[in-house]
Amino acid sequence: MTELDELYQEVILEHSKAPRNYRRPEATNRSAEGYNPLCGDRFTVFLDVEGDAIRDIGFQGSGCAISRASASMMTQSVKGKSKEEAARLFEEFHRLVTGGAKTPEERTILGKLAAFAGVSKFPVRVKCATLAWHTMQSALEGKQDVVSTE
Amino acid sequence: MTRLAHHPISEPLQEASAQEASAPSAGFPDIERIRRDFPILGQRVHGKRLVYLDNGATSQKPWAVIRAITRYYEQDNANIHRGVHTLSVRATEAHDAARRTVQSFLHAADAREMVFVRGATEAINLVAQSYGRAHVAAGDDVLITAMEHHSNIVPWQMLCEEKQARLRVAPINDRGELLMEEFERLIGPRTRIIAVTHVSNALGTVNPLRRIIHLAHQQNVPVLVDGAQAAPHLPVDVQALDCDFYVFSGHKVYGPTGIGALYGKAALLDSMPPYQGGGDMIRSVTFEKTTYNELPFKFEAGTPDIAGAVGLGAALEYVSELGMDYVAAHGQDLLTYATEAVGAIPGVRLIGTASQRAGVLSFVSDHVHPHDLGTILDREGVAIRTGHHCAQPVMDRFGIPATARASFAVYNTREDIDALVEGIAKAHEVFG
Ligand SMILES: Cc1ncc(COP(=O)(O)O)c(C=O)c1O
Repeated sequence: MTELDELYQEVILEHSKAPRNYRRPEATNRSAEGYNPLCGDRFTVFLDVEGDAIRDIGFQGSGCAISRASASMMTQSVKGKSKEEAARLFEEFHRLVTGGAKTPEERTILGKLAAFAGVSKFPVRVKCATLAWHTMQSALEGKQDVVSTE
Repeated sequence: MTRLAHHPISEPLQEASAQEASAPSAGFPDIERIRRDFPILGQRVHGKRLVYLDNGATSQKPWAVIRAITRYYEQDNANIHRGVHTLSVRATEAHDAARRTVQSFLHAADAREMVFVRGATEAINLVAQSYGRAHVAAGDDVLITAMEHHSNIVPWQMLCEEKQARLRVAPINDRGELLMEEFERLIGPRTRIIAVTHVSNALGTVNPLRRIIHLAHQQNVPVLVDGAQAAPHLPVDVQALDCDFYVFSGHKVYGPTGIGALYGKAALLDSMPPYQGGGDMIRSVTFEKTTYNELPFKFEAGTPDIAGAVGLGAALEYVSELGMDYVAAHGQDLLTYATEAVGAIPGVRLIGTASQRAGVLSFVSDHVHPHDLGTILDREGVAIRTGHHCAQPVMDRFGIPATARASFAVYNTREDIDALVEGIAKAHEVFG
């Protein structure tokens, strides 16, 4: 597989074309906007949080295939998780896209998200892959400002 | 490669008379020889021939420039205007010669009208801070257009904020052309200065400068022209244009980064307060009073980028030897070819379709986001720019977050554009 094929894995292309949870959940009680000024990617992440649990999550906005797929797959993987679990996933995901988490054992926690490993060969695309995650974190922390990757 | 190996101008001229012009490029300098003038182009990127189509961001540098800078540091380096010793005299002469080269490049009347700056951005800030602060007051207007680069927006915004003045923006149509009636209507009794780009970096639009300047001068309003994207592509004659200020960056015209020029009419520059204080910009200093130096030194505080000026001079000599008419014609040929080839790809939409364009082709695809396209093209050795191109208001006007932009230079060929088209096709396959 070329580095390009590794970046644009089938599952990533598929999510970028048909993103999941592309909506604003009715019971949204937290949201945040994320913006990558370099490429114009802009997403809003909506959360329905009760106590420590992420009951529902959705997103809307526009961006490149990597950022869209990442947002879509993030919503699937954190839905129903606790805030702490979501934060831990982000940590692992970040390690993955920046070249860490090389062994299958390290990647088990990531599940399908391991498809983003190819991003590590494209350092300028790390921001695309992590934009939605940063935005979710900011929504969880209840920050009001637009999250910027710059 | 030695300097003797290529004379860009003399031989091709003979060819021209021998062959008689038939094809658009007949008689012009040999493109292969031009390409060999740029050492960086010889490399491969990801195993592919480098196809550099990001010239709007910055151009590559010919040997002539690289060698001029090296030679300056090897043989002539000293500070200028301050020593009686030989090297200082040589460095001063080299700096002065570069200024005269910039003067003749812009066809200005007087070398005193050429101020060396870091680039277009600094030149615009200089005019906004010096001329602007002296002439713009509360309730006044500064007029720009909807196609400006951030560097021709933000300095004026800062000025307007400080002075409680209004920043007015002349709109553009769906092709990316300035709406001249609207523009004319926006020039009023409170308009103190108009700042407009010669060529739009995001759309390629060439603005009708003569008409703009004529309209402005009818109301006694001075005009600053942002020539950052025009200087690499079009012959510029500031006297024929009758513009009041003209700015450009050396690095987009084959020169080094960190150097550019501000042209200002002598009478205007003379009347303006200095921009920065320091050495070189003063005639005499006591703690009570400072007398400012004459033009252009009044605006050049501190030790300037001497090697940069020397490099810029070499760059402008290089393009002048090719001939700006040739440079413009070559650019138009590439742009026309690219417009047809890229415009014909299913799912691709050109952004910026003005009747007069130069240098850049902006586009979006239904199938692939500009950022993904940029990554895929890079793997094909093709370098383009993706994003908002420091012209977010232009993106907003067209309702898009970003475009892909190919921008051309003297060393680009139709094969480069073919490589771009193939790369786009490849990206469409991936995202098909
Ligand atoms: C139209 C235009 N104006 C101004 C600038 C700013 O030039 P610089 O960054 O060299 O000062 C640019 C460069 O991108 C430009 O394209």
